[in-house]
Amino acid sequence: MKKKYFSIVISLIVVLTLALTGCAGGSSSKSSSNAGKTLVFGRGADATSLDPAVVTDGESFRVTQNIFDTLVSYDYSKQSTSVKPSLATSWNITNGGKTYTFTLKKGIKFQDGTAFNAQAVVFNFERWMNGKKSGKFAYFPSMFGGYKGDAGLVIKSVTAPNATTVVFNLKRPSAPFLKNLAMSPFAISSPAAIKKYGAKYGTTAAVGTGAYVFKSWKHNDTITLEKSKDYWKKGLPKISKLIFKVIPDNSSRLNALKNGEIDLMDGVNPSDVAGVSGNKQYNVYYRPPMNIAYLGFNVTMKPFNNTKVRQALNMAVDKQSIIKAFYNGQAQAAVNPMPPSLLGYDKAIKPYAFDVKAAKKLLAQAGYPHGFSTTLYTMANPRDYMPEPQNVAQSIQSTFGKVGVKVKIVTVEWSSYITKLTKGGAPMYLMGWTGDNGDPDNFLYTLLDKDSIGSNNFSFYQNSKLHNVLIAAQTETNTAKRVALYDKAQVILHNDAPWVPLVYGKPVLVGKSTITGYKPSPTGTEPFDTLNVK
Amino acid sequence: MLSYSIKRLLMLVPVLLGMTIIVFSIIHAIPGNPAQTILGTKATPEAIHHLNASLGLDKPLYVQYFTYLKDVLTGNLGTSIQDNNAIASEIWPHLAATIELSFAAMLIAVIIGVNAGIISAWKKNSVVDYIAMIVALIGVSMPIFWLGLLEQWIFSVKLNWLPSIGQTDITSTVAPITNLYLVDTLLEGQFGQFWMVVRHLIMPAVALATIPMAIIARMTRSSMLEVLGSDYIRTAKAKGQRMGWIVYKYALKNAFIPILTVIGLQTGLMLGGAILTETIFGWPGIGLYVYNAIQARDYPVIQSGILIIAFMFIMVNFIVDLLYGLIDPRIKYR
Repeated sequence: MKKKYFSIVISLIVVLTLALTGCAGGSSSKSSSNAGKTLVFGRGADATSLDPAVVTDGESFRVTQNIFDTLVSYDYSKQSTSVKPSLATSWNITNGGKTYTFTLKKGIKFQDGTAFNAQAVVFNFERWMNGKKSGKFAYFPSMFGGYKGDAGLVIKSVTAPNATTVVFNLKRPSAPFLKNLAMSPFAISSPAAIKKYGAKYGTTAAVGTGAYVFKSWKHNDTITLEKSKDYWKKGLPKISKLIFKVIPDNSSRLNALKNGEIDLMDGVNPSDVAGVSGNKQYNVYYRPPMNIAYLGFNVTMKPFNNTKVRQALNMAVDKQSIIKAFYNGQAQAAVNPMPPSLLGYDKAIKPYAFDVKAAKKLLAQAGYPHGFSTTLYTMANPRDYMPEPQNVAQSIQSTFGKVGVKVKIVTVEWSSYITKLTKGGAPMYLMGWTGDNGDPDNFLYTLLDKDSIGSNNFSFYQNSKLHNVLIAAQTETNTAKRVALYDKAQVILHNDAPWVPLVYGKPVLVGKSTITGYKPSPTGTEPFDTLNVK
Repeated sequence: MLSYSIKRLLMLVPVLLGMTIIVFSIIHAIPGNPAQTILGTKATPEAIHHLNASLGLDKPLYVQYFTYLKDVLTGNLGTSIQDNNAIASEIWPHLAATIELSFAAMLIAVIIGVNAGIISAWKKNSVVDYIAMIVALIGVSMPIFWLGLLEQWIFSVKLNWLPSIGQTDITSTVAPITNLYLVDTLLEGQFGQFWMVVRHLIMPAVALATIPMAIIARMTRSSMLEVLGSDYIRTAKAKGQRMGWIVYKYALKNAFIPILTVIGLQTGLMLGGAILTETIFGWPGIGLYVYNAIQARDYPVIQSGILIIAFMFIMVNFIVDLLYGLIDPRIKYR
């Protein structure tokens, strides 16, 4: 009897082991099979909607970039934010910068078979402009100044004189206008699909003119797209199936890449980069920086209402050590409140050097020879521009301690953190910003103008001189004059020091070395149409 | 027994009602605003204001509560404010994923845990006993995220035996019937796919099983020790019964009540979402679903999610209570 049990157990073990090893490797994504290539992109979180007009998160745009096209597009092949034709083949700017006339490409169809034309463009803009009641289209009022009925809305009218011409009449010239049109949220959806699906548009359907067609969505798991058979760019896309897979943990996402289950991923822990960068099986990509991480002061609170205190603390942060320790060396020390890739970045400004003695001296002049005690707020969640916020806070705490400023660190979960900062409850805080359209206005005006108090100016910094310069720059269409205005703005900000600009981060991606033609865009997301797998 | 069951089920009503009040109060007390979170830092204050109004979040709290309660009572779990989907249809695939994972983990935990505990008690103070209890101690104190990553590194990256993440291979899909993939693949007669689902289950289930396994082993040992010392066992031994027979047939039955209690509690906890395991293994379960909703301040999803979890917890313990009677006929239900 005993023997019988024993032999059953042994044979079970043998069968299980054989089965396990026999199926080994069966899970790898078959990215190079002849039936059509598949690419699996691993990422930390799911999209919220596939209607690009209603979302603001990068994870949604990463998908919609591949389903939709915009009127004009960023130059993704050069990893730049300069604008080039897309659905519109050309445009004329007349009437002192107040009239934009776009000529659309002929013969393009939406993925549901309906025609793409000027009426479709007008329909989409009307939909967004009339969003006031629903409050749904968050990005639209942020970039175009408001909804219909708001004084700030820069668009006076959008009309379609014929099927291939769209005319925008603006209330005033707007320098960032073209760049705004290239942003993912302003991609053109099929009007027929929007009408057909109503409130379900974006969850059960998403129809554009892009390289891939939306197939299925398993929430918090996978989104599957398939090659659009009649995509208007000949010969593209190169991949037949595109899958976005959610794997929340950075380390297990990397394990999945190493096991061949995914092909490309973002959100690599800075400390894990060294492990893959020397390996021939993988490519490591760095996004050109279009972001900034900073330490902000609430300038309405004592002692940060004193400019000298803010300048002194600018000298008490060791940016190089922070970059070395928490960015794996892959970031650039920040000088101005906007990254160097942007138009009008002022190279002439010299950064405040890390100098404990000078900082102490300046603090003494400001009336704080023995320093003071304060609180530094930081977010609990890692961000693209700051993968390890709590460690950065501790580094600042230690160098501030050397100049006599005692810092207590308070960590707050992201959603509560935003509420806290918007209400002005934090004397010092860590924060950052990823640019939307590659325009300097999207950094300086959005983050530091007095108009932005209550939204993104968490420092409550007000300066009328700066305000006048920034408003003038918004409507200035002559590039040289515009650059001169932004130079002026950056000098004011450097001297007033409402922030300590910390770093311009370069988010890291890792992919299998069989991937070719992948160029990460500074905007944070890019279409995968030219990407290929060997 | 029937009247007892009905009484227990009726008691569910005030408990769940109390749950809705507690959850509703807590989530509205924490800072953070759903409109702000949905629209992100890019939104203008006007846009946030309009979205708040269209979501009904500007109404008095008691009005919001009763609107929600009305939804629940009509069998409608509400609509997610983040993605506009009906929660009732969205929550089931997540819950099914968690049920499957918890069931697999519990199976491992019970089979190994109970047997380890029995052997430990049977061979008290022997090497086997010490090894089993040291392993149990390690199991109970090992962080799951560390164990999960270690499993992935060994069995996926190094040995390439098992898939590291997900419920299925990323490139293959299971046609959902019940959303319990083990069941669905069998119903479809897809044995290849069934095996694939099993392979995906192994590592997360083992990771999730370690802590309950250790707790069950220790509970079984102490409970068995008590029973093995009793008179009727000595009598059975004196009558010349085989020891294995005595242990599994007579002793275990009497020792099983406290073990069953622990199994019930642990199962309930697992169904509440194995958030760490789900995070490491990219497992789209209920824990992750509710966690994401908390991050986004998606009030209806948090409320309904916690309500469902509470309901599952209570049901598991109810089933355990009924099982007591099956194991020990002396237990009477009133």
